[in-house]
Amino acid sequence: MMTTADVFTWFISAIASLSIIAFVYARFTAIKIEQQEGRLHSRPNFFGWYAVSRLCVPTLGLAFLYSIFHMAGLINSNLLLFCVSFGAGFIYLFLGLKHLHKDFRARQAVEKVSRRLFFLAALISIFTTLGIVFSVLFEAFRFFTIVPLWDFLTGTSWNPDTAFLIGAGRDEGGAVPEFGSLPIFAGTFMITIIAMLVAVPVGLFAAIYMSEYASHRVRNMLKPTLEILAGIPTVVYGFFAAITISPLVVHAAEAFGLQADFTNALAPGLIMGIMIIPFISSLSDDVIRAVPQPLRDGSLALGTTHAETIKNVVLPAAFPGIVAAFLLAVSRAIGETMIVVMAAGLRPNLTANPLEGVTTVTVKIVEALTGDQEFDSAFTLAAFALGLVLLIITLVLNIGSTIVVRKFTQRYE
Amino acid sequence: MSKAKISVSNLKLWYGNNEALHGIDVEFQAKKVTALIGPSGCGKSTLLRCLNRMNDRIVGCRVDGNVLLDGNDIYAPDVDVVELRTNVGMVFQKPNPFPKSIYENIVYAPQIHGMVDKTGMDELVETSLRKASIWDEVKDKLHEPGTALSGGQQQRLCIARTIAVKPDVILMDEPCSALDPIATAKIEELIDELKSEYTIIMVTHNMQQAARVSDHTAFFYMGDLIEFGNTSDIFTKPQQQQTEDYITGRFG
Amino acid sequence: MSSPSNLKRRYRADKRFKLYGIAAIAFSLCFLTFFFVDIIGKAIPAFEQAYIQVPVTYNEALKSNYNKAIPKAYRRLVSKAFLRTLPQKLEAHPELLGTTQPEWALANHRVDQFLKQHEGHGLKKKYRSKVEQLYQEDKIEFRFNANFFSRGDSKMAENAGVLAAVMGSVLVLLITILVAVPIGVMTAIYLEEFAPDNKFTQAIEVNINNLAAIPSILYGLLGLAIFINVMGVPRSSALAGGLTLALMTLPVIIISTRAALRSVPQSIRDAAYGLGASNLQVVMHHVLPLAFPGILTGSIIGLAQAMGETAPLLIVGMMAYIPEAPSSILNAATVLPAQVYTWSSESMRAFEERTAAGILVLLVVLLSLNALAVYLRKRFEVRW
Ligand SMILES: Nc1ncnc2c1ncn2[C@@H]1O[C@H](COP(=O)(O)OP(=O)(O)OP(=O)(O)O)[C@@H](O)[C@H]1O
Ligand SMILES: [Mg+2]
Repeated sequence: MMTTADVFTWFISAIASLSIIAFVYARFTAIKIEQQEGRLHSRPNFFGWYAVSRLCVPTLGLAFLYSIFHMAGLINSNLLLFCVSFGAGFIYLFLGLKHLHKDFRARQAVEKVSRRLFFLAALISIFTTLGIVFSVLFEAFRFFTIVPLWDFLTGTSWNPDTAFLIGAGRDEGGAVPEFGSLPIFAGTFMITIIAMLVAVPVGLFAAIYMSEYASHRVRNMLKPTLEILAGIPTVVYGFFAAITISPLVVHAAEAFGLQADFTNALAPGLIMGIMIIPFISSLSDDVIRAVPQPLRDGSLALGTTHAETIKNVVLPAAFPGIVAAFLLAVSRAIGETMIVVMAAGLRPNLTANPLEGVTTVTVKIVEALTGDQEFDSAFTLAAFALGLVLLIITLVLNIGSTIVVRKFTQRYE
Repeated sequence: MSKAKISVSNLKLWYGNNEALHGIDVEFQAKKVTALIGPSGCGKSTLLRCLNRMNDRIVGCRVDGNVLLDGNDIYAPDVDVVELRTNVGMVFQKPNPFPKSIYENIVYAPQIHGMVDKTGMDELVETSLRKASIWDEVKDKLHEPGTALSGGQQQRLCIARTIAVKPDVILMDEPCSALDPIATAKIEELIDELKSEYTIIMVTHNMQQAARVSDHTAFFYMGDLIEFGNTSDIFTKPQQQQTEDYITGRFG
Repeated sequence: MSSPSNLKRRYRADKRFKLYGIAAIAFSLCFLTFFFVDIIGKAIPAFEQAYIQVPVTYNEALKSNYNKAIPKAYRRLVSKAFLRTLPQKLEAHPELLGTTQPEWALANHRVDQFLKQHEGHGLKKKYRSKVEQLYQEDKIEFRFNANFFSRGDSKMAENAGVLAAVMGSVLVLLITILVAVPIGVMTAIYLEEFAPDNKFTQAIEVNINNLAAIPSILYGLLGLAIFINVMGVPRSSALAGGLTLALMTLPVIIISTRAALRSVPQSIRDAAYGLGASNLQVVMHHVLPLAFPGILTGSIIGLAQAMGETAPLLIVGMMAYIPEAPSSILNAATVLPAQVYTWSSESMRAFEERTAAGILVLLVVLLSLNALAVYLRKRFEVRW
């Protein structure tokens, strides 16, 4: 019995070796024609590639179709795969080789195929988006047939534990599962706000310093150094927040006579804020530097100080760009996963106290999908509903920032 | 007059909605140098780029009318632009050698067109560089990058590169505008030699240059061909007031 | 006219403003320093491991119960990872039967942590003085922890290493490169060099920018729903993880490749077209080679990002307990960041330093990759 990997290996080796044969044969034929009948329209290599494309296009196309049907469970025959796809490839190749002649435009033919190939690659990005949207949408809809959308959006209690018991047919008359997502989103926003409270002032002032005060050399050193902050893997930040910062927060709170959870919102929020500093600082630095110099000169010539010029002229001019950076940073904070998974709580908690533990959308998604639950239970489907909301929020933020940026660039054109 | 190498009739061209050429009729004679002159933005480069269909690549550019090369319409649907451009070579305003060796610069096009085999390449490089009068300056550094030459040398390398494909027609868009007077003089000398073999059409802003090197001159203004004739006639007794004003520097 | 005192106030405000900027930079740099010092400080102990000299008695009983090989007093001090190798060793060297040899054995994590004076070592009180005494007598010594680099994950903290995770990371990244780089580069070429300027092309462009902003965890949902549930790729496999990361890295590669292609001057394209090169030849012979350094740099940065990514991999199941390096892309595998995550949620104190050490390995690799990218950019930067 051949495994999928075996079939794949065989298929690839077969098509590769046949392609080489087809290439060599067609190239050879072309050279012979050239010797007998005079200069060809296209170079012999193009004849070779032409033959390869004639062989591969139908073969790969049919193999692709086959794998779709195979995955859908409709067919399962390796013999069929090999016969049909290579058969079609041979026939198409044969028909193509029959009309090789001196003036055959092999180059045009090859270029057409390769342009389509490039186009196909570009389509993959569209398919990825569609894949994300539909996979999330589809499962989310299944969830909303079980839990009404309204309850999901406005409920204040998230209590899904009994859901998978019901899913497993072991509903012993326990409590009804509840999927009110409000406390989860509240937790997400609290951590996001803490993060932005750190990232915006630090990032913005760092950007102002780098673009307006620092020398070229200093700036060239500072910018990549700050960007290290964005390059540190989030799992590392998560560990750091949980092991180093959380206890610090707890001790600090004790010093003030306050009680803090070890899974408090402050630690992941602070660390997330630090992670986001380079987003704000680099993007803002770019837009501040894009503000035309004459604008600055004009202001300085009126006898304002440097700081006043920055506050009254440069920042307002750069404002849309800074807003765009801010929106991107917010979407980044909302979608951030590992820091909160490792350092924030698991318990949904509707509170305004950052010293208490809260949970977030991404934590709940990870929790729901990394357990051993049945995939079809409301508990796991809830992850997709949360994912859908996350997707919508980030898309809105991103489109918003794109629009703001477009407005900004128009202004200086 | 001898038979026309390229004849353009009622050529109109639009960039989007902006009509840049309003129906040009002109004939370019074989083995002669034709200069295109006119104020900036009048459509000289645009016309030049029509002749080897470099305009195809500009988004939103639309062409109407006929351009016949040896009697064949170059805008006919079955024309292969690649073949066309091997027959109608082009030298650009700014020297643009490939960032490869001098040798590779020359052999690149003949290679992709399959014009030479390995054995003929050295010879082709030498004859092309000799024709472009640069052989003596570069013969010892054929494998150094073409971009390391001086501006004037680079431009002659570009001309050599164009010659290597053995075109019939060479289009030159202000080939000397980036060069100093000495380099310019060399290129002008070169053009004079080349016209025994090639049909040359060049754009220039330099009236003396047009007067010195060209056989025919075409004066354009705002997308129209105002006057066309023998260079000596155009510069001594122009028929149109606009032409006279332009060559005497009364408007610009 | 402003009065002098007013002016003075304004200058003070000016100074203060600059000071805020310096403070912001200083804050970031201090954090960075604190962070690295903290992680390195936590990681360093993991590179040393306690070994203990025990008398091993090779007898028949050892074959069925390896605990019998050493005196009772030592059983709580020596790692099972050492003991369970003894039966094989005896089989390989039958001449040892009936002898008692003093041998250096891997100490278990309690002993190790106790001697490193870490809190929460979990060594029972009655063993502590014995261990201290052995340490005084040089019967316990610290050696370089080579196991950390040559072993996979283990339930025994003293025996856990990063090898399986590193191999998993290599495998996953290999798939990511093979999928993302060709598709990304081709997409960028299509958009920059071939695409007609129409609504559809613009839609693709907008779409790619959006993809770059989608949180990584949603790529995990995609991988789970499409690759695993629909296409039947095995859960936890390197293939599932690699494909998921490939889609995530795609926008990064597309965007940087487009920038690299755009930086090739138009005059080069003109020159080639003027010589009669076709569209494809211009791209393949001129534009692509000149854009190559930029593409390389962008791809390395994209891969470094993928390498540090954890969330989508957790969703496609790459957090399993993997003691051995995966032998195929369809087998369950783990990657370095996921290993860091699983270790960090272990309760044993000995795992904390291993987590930090794993992080250190990860950071060293990532920083080297980024340094390589910067170097390549500087080295091949062409000014036109
Ligand atoms: N790529 C383009 N897209 C849109 N419009 C263009 C483009 N190239 C040229 N034009 C327009 O077409 C007209 C003619 O331009 P062209 O470049 O042919 O002028 P020119 O005579 O060569 O000028 P110059 O002497 O400055 O080179 C100008 O109005 C110009 O704005
Ligand atoms: Mg021009």
